[in-house]
Amino acid sequence: MRGLQLSLDKGQKLRFERAFEVLESLSSKSNSDASVIVADDISVNNEDAILKGHGTAEMNDRLVATLCGVVERVNKLVYVRPLRARYKPEIGDIIIGRVIEVAPKRWKLEINFSQDAVLMLSSMNLPDGIQRRRTAVDELNMRSIFEENDVICAEVRGFQHDGCLHLQARSQKYGKLKRGQLLTIPPYLVKRRKQHFHHLDQYGIDLILGCNGFVWVGEHVEVRDDMIEDLSDKSEQQKVKSWNTMGDEEVQEEYTPPDTRQNICRSANAIRVLSTLGFTITVEIITEIVELSKSMDLDVHEMLGAEFYVIVAEKEAERRSLPTKRR
Amino acid sequence: MGLKCLAQHYLKSTGPSFILTKKNKPLRRRTASLSKMEFVNPEGLRLDGRRPMEMRQLRAEIGVVSKADGSAVFEMGNTKVIAAVYGPREVQNRSQQSNDEALVRCEYSMANFSTGDRMRKPKGDRRSTEISMVIRQTMEACILTHLMPRSQIDIFVQVLQADGGTRSACINAATLALADAGIPMTDIVTSCSAGFLNGTPLLDLNYVEDSAGGPDVTVGILPKLDKVTLLQMDSKLQMETFETVMQLATEGCKAVASYIREVLLENTKQLESRRGV
Repeated sequence: MRGLQLSLDKGQKLRFERAFEVLESLSSKSNSDASVIVADDISVNNEDAILKGHGTAEMNDRLVATLCGVVERVNKLVYVRPLRARYKPEIGDIIIGRVIEVAPKRWKLEINFSQDAVLMLSSMNLPDGIQRRRTAVDELNMRSIFEENDVICAEVRGFQHDGCLHLQARSQKYGKLKRGQLLTIPPYLVKRRKQHFHHLDQYGIDLILGCNGFVWVGEHVEVRDDMIEDLSDKSEQQKVKSWNTMGDEEVQEEYTPPDTRQNICRSANAIRVLSTLGFTITVEIITEIVELSKSMDLDVHEMLGAEFYVIVAEKEAERRSLPTKRR
Repeated sequence: MGLKCLAQHYLKSTGPSFILTKKNKPLRRRTASLSKMEFVNPEGLRLDGRRPMEMRQLRAEIGVVSKADGSAVFEMGNTKVIAAVYGPREVQNRSQQSNDEALVRCEYSMANFSTGDRMRKPKGDRRSTEISMVIRQTMEACILTHLMPRSQIDIFVQVLQADGGTRSACINAATLALADAGIPMTDIVTSCSAGFLNGTPLLDLNYVEDSAGGPDVTVGILPKLDKVTLLQMDSKLQMETFETVMQLATEGCKAVASYIREVLLENTKQLESRRGV
């Protein structure tokens, strides 16, 4: 199996296989034979009225797949949803990227797409929170905002007419990510949802599931949105600002307590286990796995052992078989 | 090792049981040692015990390189090849960037330990440059490059064990890796070689048969479209025999294709079932 290098003993192997058999039987019930591979025919019942979507092509008057994946049908549209592929951006997606270059008036970000994304200086809020034209001085101080190798959270703004992908970070919740871990998982495991920023209160951590398969687990930071506070109460905003600039407070802020660090690592390992097993990654499942590891009294590093993989697989099989019974 | 012993054993055996056609002068001259050697014994078995139209055992595995976008190991008997695909990603050399299609690059190399005698060759020797180009051109023919403008796709193939037919094994491995990386293609490319020794067309030559100096036809096809994307031949062949050899190689390609499709479909189904709803 991909990326899974475990030394399983006989009993574990059996349990593993059993869990995957359950998963396989469950999925075959829900959609039978929707999986296609390159150059497979896609059966179209009413020949004339279909729309060819991504991953399909017409060949000798037949519709064939050009990707390995699952055939999806939405009314007349027929397309192939690829499984293992690079990230395909959609406008409004929340993504995480790494700065690879500071160019004139822009940052170039690696986001697991076929090209590098561009974050313009003009399409992000300045740290002082004032709306104004970006001057040459701002341009010279770009490295004080983001440097090379910084991890950044942003939103997909759209494709420019020249074909390159532009991002924006016009809110306080976007921006540089500090004190945490970046994890890379296959993008097909992250589902697009309303909420991608999660604050796990019980662990004191922030979890950002980027649509591009980059996941951030870090210490919780209070978001202060200047825009909103600007409207509501100016004096409070100033209070917050002065509080932030106080010297000793800043030192305290730099320090992450060991408990939080452990929680970060625990969640990160939960994501690692889930992604190597190829399970969908959502907050609920991550917290479930973290709780499971805590209830089993496992050390953080023990979560990557063979036994825990087997237990997670079994748990997932159990979890998925439950709702179908209710129906 | 075993193959070498076998070859020596056969070299000792006397006299050819099959006589080459007299018209084929260059073949006879070059293969003075060939005439002594018996590649198909009277029972109709080859050196490694196969029938003339039998292929070696195939084995393929997807997802062997964790950091690559797509990867695969492909084995044909004792020939073992690993392929890794990176991309589509940002073009490294700006001047090569194209605004309407992806750039496909390929690098072929042989591991030092892949052959019988340990060799240390410089990276860019003529043979590997040529094979890199052959693989690149073959894969470019099936990748829908216009769907990924301003990007590049890197294919790295390395021979881990060489026992003849590395060219075809590389192409098969590269196809699997590309399909794994989710790169759109019109069809999968499969390749297989065939030869003509002792007056018999032989499918999927191994190292001993390959180095006999006889004709070695490597064919790459798009099985669904029924098109040929690669055709290479060493030495000469008569028109009539060429057609039968070519036909044989094409049949081999189709067998490889059905195996590759099986592997890919199983992989896709597994990924989908794991992911759940």
